[in-house]
Amino acid sequence: MKFLDEYRESATATQLARLIRETAHRPWTLMEVCGGQTHTIVKSGLMDLLPSEITLVHGPGCPVCVTPVELIDKSIAIAALPGTIFCSFGDMLRVPGSSKSLLDVKASGADVRIVYSPLDAVKLARAYPSREIVFFAVGFETTAPANAMAVWQAEREGIRNFSVLVAHVLVPPAMEAILASPNCRIHAFLAAGHVCTVMGWEEYEPISQRWHVPIVVTGFEPLDLLEGVQMAVAQLEQGRAEVENQYRRAVRREGNRPAQARIAEVFEVAPRKWRGIGEIPLSGLRLRERYRAFDAEERFPVGVGVVEESSECIAGLVLQGLKKPFECPAFGTRCTPEFPLGAPMVSSEGACAAYYLYGRRPCEGSESELPSAAPSR
Amino acid sequence: MCLAVPGKLVSLIEEEGLNFRRGKVDFGGVLKEVCLAYTPEAAVGDYVLVHVGFSLSVVDQAEAQKIFETLREMEQLEELEGP
Repeated sequence: MKFLDEYRESATATQLARLIRETAHRPWTLMEVCGGQTHTIVKSGLMDLLPSEITLVHGPGCPVCVTPVELIDKSIAIAALPGTIFCSFGDMLRVPGSSKSLLDVKASGADVRIVYSPLDAVKLARAYPSREIVFFAVGFETTAPANAMAVWQAEREGIRNFSVLVAHVLVPPAMEAILASPNCRIHAFLAAGHVCTVMGWEEYEPISQRWHVPIVVTGFEPLDLLEGVQMAVAQLEQGRAEVENQYRRAVRREGNRPAQARIAEVFEVAPRKWRGIGEIPLSGLRLRERYRAFDAEERFPVGVGVVEESSECIAGLVLQGLKKPFECPAFGTRCTPEFPLGAPMVSSEGACAAYYLYGRRPCEGSESELPSAAPSR
Repeated sequence: MCLAVPGKLVSLIEEEGLNFRRGKVDFGGVLKEVCLAYTPEAAVGDYVLVHVGFSLSVVDQAEAQKIFETLREMEQLEELEGP
């Protein structure tokens, strides 16, 4: 497909990797923020192309992974209510709550449906006026315009049997939280390209200046990521700390203004708890007062208890880039994508699941990692 | 989750009483209906970046080529300089 295939070419990747080797003279640790980028990096073995000076660590940018267990439990409790049709993107269904997943509750008879777009859930609400349609509004800034539009449209059309369970998170506060950690070892960020398609990169400029850290808005294909690494390393080597845009074909400085306006109309910034990290101030979105009638948490006051995370899981350290997935004793044994102990093993975009799926293990007797066969079960 | 796929806008859907512009987008042979509310500038023939049924950005085709041009120039330069 055009604008995808050419960015996966091996010859060009090799050429870019050589350019990185020529640029990098000192050891640098870079974090890619988005889970989609993590997936590409691990799947295409990009880390093997990079010189030993460059370490890539994987950020918390998987909204599926960072949705708190309490909210998953809430979604399951709402889905189990008689007369409800619970709609979600496919990747939320397998996420384990404290005792089961949405897929489990579907298997025991609840009407849980996978939708491609939040507008499909609005369509269901029109088609089944006597049922309650609840949409699991999960995502980063990339997904917020779509979810905002669904609520806005339902309100405009006077659709009363539609509501959303909001689990929206924002990228810049999470980056700041990582930088503020006393153990932070990140020298530069590859910012999430599609988040910036919506938001632009103006809000990253103060972060880059305050922490003196290069931030490169980066795309999702192998060549995008290699070029992003090259641009970040060039900044580090030259002692610069700026926001640059690698993903020029899709991202403009100001982002998508109509999308931002719709988000701001429907949502407001609020504190949010991140699975594996904890609460980060002003790091999420909730419905504005005017749209509060569409809030599933208010419409269905289902009680769920506070949930303890597995004490063995080191998700918090992995999500902040302090540990690699294979440094966890449970990785690939007691914790697998089928039976995950924690957030990053949950979705294929989580760092642990990506390492598990594409067989990334440390190379014996060496600091660097080489791919090996997927662990057998 | 933040997956967005570029596809070619092949036609606009004009209907009465619609809340926003929509179009048919071709993803390597698969046609999908996409909401164009956030990219009002998108015209038939443009490539748009689509996430959960919404076009978020029109692909800048000139920018898309730049990395390949830069790398080609570097290669030519190296050939001129010799080993």
